Amino acid sequence: MSDTSQAETVLTTQDGVPLKVSIARALRRQKIRALLLVAPLFLFILLSFVAPIADMLFRSVENDLVPSTLPKTVVALQVWDQHSGTLPPEEVFAALAADFKVATKEKTHTRVGSRLNYEKPGISSLFRKTGRRVGKFEDGNYTEQFLKADKKWGDVEVWQVIKRFSSPFTAGYFLAATDAERTEDGIQFKPDDERIYLFLFGRTMILSITITASCILLGYPIAFLLSSLPLRSSNMLMILVLLPFWTSLLVRTSAWKVLLQQQGVINDTLVWLGIVGDDSRLALINNQTGTIIAMTHILLPFMILPLFSVMKTISPTYMRAAKSMGASDWYSFWRVYFPQTIPGIGAGSILVFILSIGYYITPELVGGTSGIFISNRIAYHISYSLNWGLAAALGVILLAMVMVLYWMYDRIVGIDNVKLG
Amino acid sequence: MSSLPPYASLGQRTWFYTFRFLCGLIFFFLIFPILVIIPLSFNAENFFTFTPEMLSFDPAGYSIKHYMDFFTSPDWQAALRNSVSIAPAATILATGFGTLAAIGLSQSHMPFRSVVMAMLISPMIVPLIISAAGMYFFYSRIGLQGTYIGVVMAHAALGTPFVIITVTATLVGFDQSLVRAAANLGANPVTTFFRVQMPLILPGVISGALFAFITSFDEVVVVLFLGSASQKTLPWQMFTGLREQISPTILAVATILVAISVLLLTTLELLRRRSERLRGLSPG
Repeated sequence: MSDTSQAETVLTTQDGVPLKVSIARALRRQKIRALLLVAPLFLFILLSFVAPIADMLFRSVENDLVPSTLPKTVVALQVWDQHSGTLPPEEVFAALAADFKVATKEKTHTRVGSRLNYEKPGISSLFRKTGRRVGKFEDGNYTEQFLKADKKWGDVEVWQVIKRFSSPFTAGYFLAATDAERTEDGIQFKPDDERIYLFLFGRTMILSITITASCILLGYPIAFLLSSLPLRSSNMLMILVLLPFWTSLLVRTSAWKVLLQQQGVINDTLVWLGIVGDDSRLALINNQTGTIIAMTHILLPFMILPLFSVMKTISPTYMRAAKSMGASDWYSFWRVYFPQTIPGIGAGSILVFILSIGYYITPELVGGTSGIFISNRIAYHISYSLNWGLAAALGVILLAMVMVLYWMYDRIVGIDNVKLG
Repeated sequence: MSSLPPYASLGQRTWFYTFRFLCGLIFFFLIFPILVIIPLSFNAENFFTFTPEMLSFDPAGYSIKHYMDFFTSPDWQAALRNSVSIAPAATILATGFGTLAAIGLSQSHMPFRSVVMAMLISPMIVPLIISAAGMYFFYSRIGLQGTYIGVVMAHAALGTPFVIITVTATLVGFDQSLVRAAANLGANPVTTFFRVQMPLILPGVISGALFAFITSFDEVVVVLFLGSASQKTLPWQMFTGLREQISPTILAVATILVAISVLLLTTLELLRRRSERLRGLSPG
């Protein structure tokens, strides 16, 4: 084909449309079809899952309560310098009285009070007390009337807290979630004995690492055995791995609760065998031991399955070659076989670790107080203390940790290689 | 390691049997907790351990009273009803949306595939407590907290990743020229889907549906936050049972659930074999 003929004759389809245009159109149609197939689920997940997670991110910094309940006060406070050490001017007190009159009618002042109480204990009762008196306030001279209602209004720190929370967004929850607080000298960590969240995050990490390590220790021999046995017997033994994997989490947790109790099967057997005395039964439950044993059992299949799929691909000829060249059994295993299984260990470990740092049910049931995780604290703040902002901030930090690990998992294994059963 | 060669030394022999013994212990650790609850659920006493009568195989030591309790107690029956009304609805939603999306995602011209895939898989990766917290906050904003629809939606979202993964895996072995052949013979896309593509990917769809079902049926964290008392499911009832008034009825329920998982596992295994046979991946 010469240059001239190509320029003159454009390839066309039968109905005279240039081929290029026609192909582009067909491609576009295919793209749209693929998108349309994905669209329903995309929208569904967006609404049912992504929006909730986004809402949580938003709640962890949201601070709408103070500006929406005390709008006039927030505006009036802008002129006040919180470092001056003096009380705000009369206009601020006037604005506060006006806001309070509206808020007591709608009964919203107690919510602001309990929110600010997280920052400075005592504000909740101050707001409730003031709420009862503010209806009788006369016009003018508000500073004096407020101080008469409760002398805590003369405390500069109360005003500093209100001013600090008058912007619609706050980092306060994140500071609380990392045991830091904002003092007049800037952001500082709380004293050592008050650091509960960092301590809990640390414990979650340490327990998860312990669980992951026990899973490697127990899972590696099993995966090795399964991959070296002939297909028929390895399939039979695989059932022993898959059955726990498929059994309800609650069933396995209740089994451990039954086994590990003081009057449970394990302690009874040990007493019967004479290993421990009847009066010195082991405390295996409601502590870290319980959490570690039960969670290792629950997560072990997640370690065995990826290890097995990696070991399955390693040809036995490598080991034979090493041995034929004079390596001992141990040397050929350690220098030839083991390095090839490291991707499997990596994949299994990250999977087990990701699953375990977010665990809630098992630690809650068998962990007592010393074996609980950060997720139990999140649940506590949602259901009992109702400090949703703090729960959201703790959740965001945990989510960030999981995302980093997941990104590593994606780099090592690839998201498409997730296998089930 | 599969068998000992005849020339193995004493050291190798010792190690071989020690290793087998260790593996046996680990298998015991894996399976024992599940097996032990089965005899305990037939305990005639309200104990969580073997009574002397049970150990001597005295028939008086065994009874089915905990099963009777499960089938007569209004609490447990309500929980069972809720479980069997929530899980199938969530499964249908997850399987329907998930299958369509998996077909779309497997087409070679799908734009932004990896981003979309990551988003659709995310409910599987995010820790349940975080999903539960987020859903609790958001669903109470839009009035779905404590409703049947809210719980079903949440469970369907948690189940879809499994459907996508299993169906995509089946589609990897699917010959796209079959679709073209069907179109060539005059079938419209809908006919092609139901008569050609669907029968071939059906094993993947069913196993995805089973995964979605078990996800919803076993799920407790999300329903604990999202549901109200009228959505109390079996796992929820077990959870409260374990935390507060621990009663041996839980063991009877657990045994029934183990039976269900054995059933599901068998079905899945059969489906997997059928799928491999259909795709010509293995002879048997």
